[in-house]
Amino acid sequence: MARVAEQVGPAEAEREELISGSEAIAVACKLADVDVITAYPIRPYDTVMQYVAKLVANGELDCEYIVAESEHSQFEIVKHASAAGARVFCGSSGVGWMYAFEALTVTPALRIPLVAMVGNRALDDPGAFGVEHNDALAVRDLGWLLVWVDTAQEALDTALIAWRVAEDRRVFLPCAIGCDGAFLTHSQSMVKVPPPSWVRQFLPPYDRGDLLLHPDNPITVAPQVNEDWLMELRKHNDEAMKRARVVLREAYADFERIFGRAYGNPFFEEYRTEDAEVVLVGMGTLSMPVKVAVRQMRQQGVRVGFVRLRWFRPFPTEELATTLSRFRAVGVIDRDYSFGSPHASGVLANEIRAALYNSLARPPLVSFICGLGGREVTVPNVLEMTELVRRAAAGEPAESTYWIGIRQ
Amino acid sequence: MATYSVEVVYRGIFQKTLAKNITRGIVLAAVKQGKTGIAFGRYGDSPERNGIPAKNFAIVADSEEELQASMAQYEPKSVDVTIAVDDTLCKGVESWAWYGLQPINKLTRPGGYLLVTTMLDFSDLLRMTHAREQPYNLAVVRGLPSFSGLWVYKDDHTDVRVLGAISRLLPDLVSLGAVEAAIRQEWKSEQKVASARKAYERVEVMAVAPGVGDRRKPYEFELPRWWELREGVTIPAIVSGEAFPDPTTGAVGGWRPARNPYFKKFSTRTMRPVVDFDTCIKCTLCWLQCPDSCFDVTPDGYYDANMEACCGCGVCEAVCPVDNCITMVNEAAFTSNDSQWAAWKRDREAYRVWVREKIQHRPERSHGFQQRGQYERQIREMAAAGVGGAGVEGVREGGPPGGVAAAGS
Repeated sequence: MARVAEQVGPAEAEREELISGSEAIAVACKLADVDVITAYPIRPYDTVMQYVAKLVANGELDCEYIVAESEHSQFEIVKHASAAGARVFCGSSGVGWMYAFEALTVTPALRIPLVAMVGNRALDDPGAFGVEHNDALAVRDLGWLLVWVDTAQEALDTALIAWRVAEDRRVFLPCAIGCDGAFLTHSQSMVKVPPPSWVRQFLPPYDRGDLLLHPDNPITVAPQVNEDWLMELRKHNDEAMKRARVVLREAYADFERIFGRAYGNPFFEEYRTEDAEVVLVGMGTLSMPVKVAVRQMRQQGVRVGFVRLRWFRPFPTEELATTLSRFRAVGVIDRDYSFGSPHASGVLANEIRAALYNSLARPPLVSFICGLGGREVTVPNVLEMTELVRRAAAGEPAESTYWIGIRQ
Repeated sequence: MATYSVEVVYRGIFQKTLAKNITRGIVLAAVKQGKTGIAFGRYGDSPERNGIPAKNFAIVADSEEELQASMAQYEPKSVDVTIAVDDTLCKGVESWAWYGLQPINKLTRPGGYLLVTTMLDFSDLLRMTHAREQPYNLAVVRGLPSFSGLWVYKDDHTDVRVLGAISRLLPDLVSLGAVEAAIRQEWKSEQKVASARKAYERVEVMAVAPGVGDRRKPYEFELPRWWELREGVTIPAIVSGEAFPDPTTGAVGGWRPARNPYFKKFSTRTMRPVVDFDTCIKCTLCWLQCPDSCFDVTPDGYYDANMEACCGCGVCEAVCPVDNCITMVNEAAFTSNDSQWAAWKRDREAYRVWVREKIQHRPERSHGFQQRGQYERQIREMAAAGVGGAGVEGVREGGPPGGVAAAGS
């Protein structure tokens, strides 16, 4: 482990700082005492690398900070560093993440824990910087843990949880933290920064054990295999992903105990759902206008709630299906697209349809494509979507998928 | 229970840190008063180009719940204060983030404030600023527009002076005491605290009645519907250009390149070239070197900087081999984008008088290479003009504000 330059005294307490979501992730790198960080600039992720560079330059973070010559190398370097026992961090956005794709595919197979921040950004072309979730979602089938956060505070906390879960021997998988470009990466808000001693209590040293790539532990990683090996190896990832659910619950419980901040159900947040008839579901910062709209509608007697999914992988199938079965209709807001998919819906909508399929109570599900390319999801948008969900609840015929907020 | 919104309109790159300091300072001061807040830039403005208008925002609320309405927005729909940290922004802003010219006071709520850092008089500012249908207030913090370079921040206390002024205009948003506490926390400077306090005492305000100001309608752009767009992320190219007539002889010739009619960029300009056509030797260097191809070739072979396309970079002045043929002049000294060459053709003597008058208004802005030693010169000028709180020793206290006066064209 690298040595943290800052010496800490016994009387440690949280302090509040005005920082952006990107800066919160950089602060988490410092608190986690990360050993190797690689960088390659692309908006909006690049704000993280700037803050990390500043921490290193100021002597606050003692790590190998490597600016690679491309995203592919960026992710390869941390993969190898992690194999050699280093705690690592990197990240990217949009097409930068796609350029790293070969490295992204091999990392989970080798059971490499690494934490990456994906500053969610629309894929080029056309060149656009605004948030869409398709970039991070591209790895959804490959063995990456995937989580979305909606505040800078949650970004910091979740990064610490991500190292804890990813580096657990039962998991050993990479984890990508989805942070909506602009709304989270570039907006400064008040964040409680915990003292390093709390973090040390929460986050044990990364111990790679018998998988450590080291001369004292002679191993070969990733030899060539044929059809008589691969299914068994894939099964390892399947089991690791299943175990991650348990490890996640443990981590959130410990986090609450040590940091005093409770996230409730780790997998998703429920907002005003107790007596709700219909709910909206979504990921990331669209929670903000949705919550404002829910409060407005509640004042007018509309019984609507909101479910914000955090962990997309592992997907909380049973928990989410049980929760959503309680309502008369469900509207899923996707900040992504899946062209030619069932019902031409968003990715999240189809995952939830699948999760609900085995439930005895299957409420009607309406899919909404909204806020693409960073377009604001507005309160009127949310009112419009809620009205469509309520109609579906009343048994009125509805489309499977609506594009909301498009000029037509 | 209240939410306050503040926007800082600034010049990309040159005032990036200044704008960030102001919005951070507002939120930190609000937190000192038990409120909460967020500070953010308008995402679409970035990556910033030199001088292009950009925006930062600070939203302050009593509770996290009230703040949520603002936390996933690009910009507020209306603001309590619009801060223009460069007075030429009052002519309106067209940023990377949108098409069309936005009046500087577009988001200012009725009865709200437009706060400008300037040495200009109220009447000169109002001549540049678009008229509104609702009343608002124009407030002024005396000082030269604060411009920095790409990697340096000119710490001339403009940030804290603006904070001090805001606490005077909207004490319910942040009190002077809270501003002082925030400055001590963020910058640990009693000098900066003193500067904020002076600005609090000296900020000047006037009420602006409906209809007062530039009544011209700013150019607009309507976004197309999805089925109106050409498929394949394809847009029509700009056609090449055309010859145009001499206003005195009617002879058609020269070449005016066609330009993007939707994104004009000229609100980037803080100074413009004034050309003395009597001394021009038609060497072509300004036309060749202009990074924005803003020069029209006239039918008689001169090069006329088209003010609908000029970004005010000053390269033409730098490359011109003739002494005093091209002079960069403070953009605040002009109220129209009309052709200088056409005016010269119509009446050469009147044009000579006009040029002599204009070139007195030297720009006080830094555009990199052109302005070495500018900061030191400015500090001396501000001290001579009695502008206190410039943050350096030897700045004289008291005295009336003065300095550069603009004139209409």
